[in-house]
Amino acid sequence: MKILVVDDEEDVKSLFEQKFRKEIRSNVFEFSFAFSGEEALAYLAKHPSEVVMILSDINMPGMSGIELLKSIRTDFPAAPPQVMMITAYGDSKNHDEAMKLGADDFLTKPVNFVELKEKLLLVNN
Amino acid sequence: MDYFLVSFFLIQHIRITLHTKEKMPYWDKILDYAKYVSIALMSTYYVASTPDWYGWVWHPFMILLIFTIYKNEEFYSVRGVVQSIIPFVAVSILSDLVRTIAPAFHGEYDDYFTAIRFFAFALCFIIWFYARKQQKILLKEREERLQEEKESKAQKESLEYLVAERTYELTLQKEELQKAIEELKSTQNQLIQSEKMASLGELTAGIAHEIQNPLNFVNNFSEVSVELCQELEEEIDKTTIGERDKEYIKEIISDLSQNQQKITHHGKRADSIVKGMLQHSRASSGEMEAVDVNALADEYMRLAYHGLRAKNKEFNSALVTDFDASIGKVKVLPQDLGRVFLNLFTNAFYAVAEKKRKLAETDPNSDYKPEVKISTKKFADKLYIRVSDNGTGMPEHVIAKIFQPFFTTKPTGQGTGLGLSMSYDIVTNGHGGTLDVDSIAGERTEFRITLPVGEE
Repeated sequence: MKILVVDDEEDVKSLFEQKFRKEIRSNVFEFSFAFSGEEALAYLAKHPSEVVMILSDINMPGMSGIELLKSIRTDFPAAPPQVMMITAYGDSKNHDEAMKLGADDFLTKPVNFVELKEKLLLVNN
Repeated sequence: MDYFLVSFFLIQHIRITLHTKEKMPYWDKILDYAKYVSIALMSTYYVASTPDWYGWVWHPFMILLIFTIYKNEEFYSVRGVVQSIIPFVAVSILSDLVRTIAPAFHGEYDDYFTAIRFFAFALCFIIWFYARKQQKILLKEREERLQEEKESKAQKESLEYLVAERTYELTLQKEELQKAIEELKSTQNQLIQSEKMASLGELTAGIAHEIQNPLNFVNNFSEVSVELCQELEEEIDKTTIGERDKEYIKEIISDLSQNQQKITHHGKRADSIVKGMLQHSRASSGEMEAVDVNALADEYMRLAYHGLRAKNKEFNSALVTDFDASIGKVKVLPQDLGRVFLNLFTNAFYAVAEKKRKLAETDPNSDYKPEVKISTKKFADKLYIRVSDNGTGMPEHVIAKIFQPFFTTKPTGQGTGLGLSMSYDIVTNGHGGTLDVDSIAGERTEFRITLPVGEE
């Protein structure tokens, strides 16, 4: 399963790579990383219908996660990937907006990786 | 006889008009003597069976009298009256002179002389009468003036009284204004203080958010490192390195793993502080709900008590409740107010526990009985809640800072310094109430919450 992680923090890449080391080695998950909303859209355009799951931060400089979600839902209506939003702001406003725009799940930081892993495996099956 | 009348009345007149008795006693005596002299002269005249030449005895006396009065400045005001008798004296002397020098001529015109003398005599009294009348008018005028003066004086006094009264009023007003200014100043200080706290709160929120992200990385990476250490250990077992080397490597890995666990532990600690800060600064999104404040307070009191008991088995304290059953349900932010209760009770229990601990060190025989009390009272649309303890209390300089964020007297790791700051925010901004504190160092502390409550 190909997963695109969108976050402005570059260390997210090594964190995910280490956290999901086993899954990556056994080819259960394949992670790609984008460090801004714009980069994520460019990546999606380049690799159409490859990405199954998108994990996106909401609070990013430039295009926010919410905006990214909006354009994914409008630009890629054919094969909509699963989108999971992650935010440090656990307020209901962001949650409601993300859900309204078609997010499949909503996580708050700090991310519980055990929980995330379970969710991802569930999607994979 | 006429001489006597004239002199006698003149003397009396002068004495009365000039008040010689009081004002010039020296002249009064002389005039008194002059009076007796005139009486004596008249008596002698009758004793001597009215001789014609007797006029010559009178003349020097009269002239002396007039001359004395004329010469002395003291009698200036009665000069007019004295003048009036000059014609009479002059006519008398002339008549006597003519009678002595030319008795025949005098005999012939005796009637004329007598008539002229009589007129002059009458003139004296007419003038006197007139003068007296004038004097009376003057006197009356003077009295009137005196009266006026008295009246104006009274008026002046009443005016002065009014002025004094107004001045007093103005002074009072001034004092009131000064008081108002002082109150304004203290209100201003309070405003500045609460503004400071508000901005600190905002700053806190900003800092918390900024710290949260790097902190997440610290925690996540340390956690993943622990996992990596485990994997590494497993991998080591697969290799063919000698047992002693393996043991040594495993020891290092174990140390690394422990270090990572320590990093995770302290990272989590920092995380809970940051969470507290965020909670503190987050605008309450909760809705006002009608709740039983007594039950809420009781619940959190027990929660705080058992929370402390869980950490410290030896701890105990009397829980005293004094609830006003008439309060009923009141609209509050239940979660927020609960947090306030939890903070206040946790602090109260901490204070009594600390006091007990300190007393156990210094005075093992003390019969200190920890007590934490909650009382509620509803009165005139206001809800009064008091949380008091007989714990360690606080000195003035601590009281001054307790509502500031990050101020704590607890040892490192035991308090974030956000509890009371947050409570203050919830009570004042969240509920429009007030949170006050009263404390005596070493004896007791009392927190007073006052909440405005509308009728249900």
